Amino acid sequence: MKLFGKQIPLVYSLVLWAAAWELVGRFAGLEVIPPLSAVVMAGAEMVPTDKFQNAMAITADAYFKGLFMSVAFGIPLGFAMGVSKVIDRLIGTWVNIFVSAPLTAVVPVFMVILGIGQATVIASVFLFSIWAIVLDTRAGVKHVNPSLPEMAYFFGASRWQVFYRIYLLAALPEVLAGIRLGLIRAVKGVVIGQLLIAVMGIGELFELYSSNFLFKEFWALLLMVFAFAFATSEVVGLVEKRIDFYARAR
Amino acid sequence: MNQVASKMTETQQETIVEVDGIAMRYEGGVQALKGVDLKIPAGQLTSFLGPSGCGKTTLLKIIAGLLAPTEGEVRIRGKKVTGPGPDRAFVFQDFALMPWATVIRNVAFGLELRGTPKEQRDEIARKYIAEVGLAGFENSYPHELSGGMRQRVGLARALAVDADILMMDEPFASVDEQTRRKFQEDMLELLAKEKKTVIFVTHSIEEAVYVSDQVVLLARRPGKVHRIIETQIDRSKSPDEIRRDQNYLDYVDDIWAVLKTYLQ
Repeated sequence: MKLFGKQIPLVYSLVLWAAAWELVGRFAGLEVIPPLSAVVMAGAEMVPTDKFQNAMAITADAYFKGLFMSVAFGIPLGFAMGVSKVIDRLIGTWVNIFVSAPLTAVVPVFMVILGIGQATVIASVFLFSIWAIVLDTRAGVKHVNPSLPEMAYFFGASRWQVFYRIYLLAALPEVLAGIRLGLIRAVKGVVIGQLLIAVMGIGELFELYSSNFLFKEFWALLLMVFAFAFATSEVVGLVEKRIDFYARAR
Repeated sequence: MNQVASKMTETQQETIVEVDGIAMRYEGGVQALKGVDLKIPAGQLTSFLGPSGCGKTTLLKIIAGLLAPTEGEVRIRGKKVTGPGPDRAFVFQDFALMPWATVIRNVAFGLELRGTPKEQRDEIARKYIAEVGLAGFENSYPHELSGGMRQRVGLARALAVDADILMMDEPFASVDEQTRRKFQEDMLELLAKEKKTVIFVTHSIEEAVYVSDQVVLLARRPGKVHRIIETQIDRSKSPDEIRRDQNYLDYVDDIWAVLKTYLQ
């Protein structure tokens, strides 16, 4: 960003928006938008409470379990679709439907099947995050230069070796990009799942704060969720940077 | 007409690869090869030459065991080929280097798959990296090298597994002309030392004549052996002398005369 011919670090744009929020909060007199400083204070008070920590624990539990399932099923599924035309045709349509479908509408179905509880939230995390992982993994495998597996096979690699020494590494940039998208979509999944159930984790807190007009707490929680989603995606981004040297050179 | 009348190869030397009645039909009905019989003498450089679509790469991959022919069989020292084996090494047209691995790991890859201990395979890899002229680049990544250097890595990897038969699929196709000449010269020098049987696919007449002891001319649709020309070029001469040698030039003209007839 350049201003008056001088290079300005990007972090200043964040500062600018924070200042704008603070001013609007102070002088616009809207109850829905409290000043940022008050939101931060409310957040600081909120974090040490048992209610908050229990909510976080149960949310994290659902988040990581759902995400783990997405990765564990999504990567093999994406690989199968990338390698086999038959499997690709068989499930490709469904994956494409699910990746763009309004999944929120499906969560109530889970409630009927799995009951109102953690299982439904995990299922919703899974449903939100798996498709990006499947599609990106599939794209990664399709992208692999066919002479690499041929080369490995020629020099005596078994099928399994061709898979994990060639395909897995060659598709890794796309797989990681898929996981990064999956992480973010999983945050969406956990929040929506808990909101619809409305009696669990941070979904319960959101419900509680908004229905009682506790907007400082509401915003504080929202900021924390955003920050979490941003931080996890940055962590994967760091891993991605490490393999960037060959992702671009393929 | 021409002084250097080409003659059919007589199998005076020991035959190492025997191609017997190979036919290849791809899914969708494309007949790539039909009735290909061929004997490849040990310790010599044989090249497959022909226009695009004559099935020369297909034939090479069948000998390599990467493709199964629809008819016929390939025998190496009398044993039927059913897949790749340690008696053969392959240099790929597009190099096929693993972009995430350093030069030394790429070169040692064949040995790694065979379970050679790390120290030993690194030592062998270092030796061949030096022989192809890349000493000092052991820890570079492929994307840091030029096209010609990458193909040298591919050659070093093929040499490192110490196979008797070295197969090359248009190894210089993705390399610029200047690099190509230097590479051809270096390769010949290296191969003279290594004493391997080399099977070389190319679509360049000059290259085929320059690098090989016998040139197999393939006709297309369906691909079959049209003629085998034994080149008798004095290899003790310098590369530049060879390129001006009357024999060399006559062979090039001869082959061009034959290939021209395919194009009509």
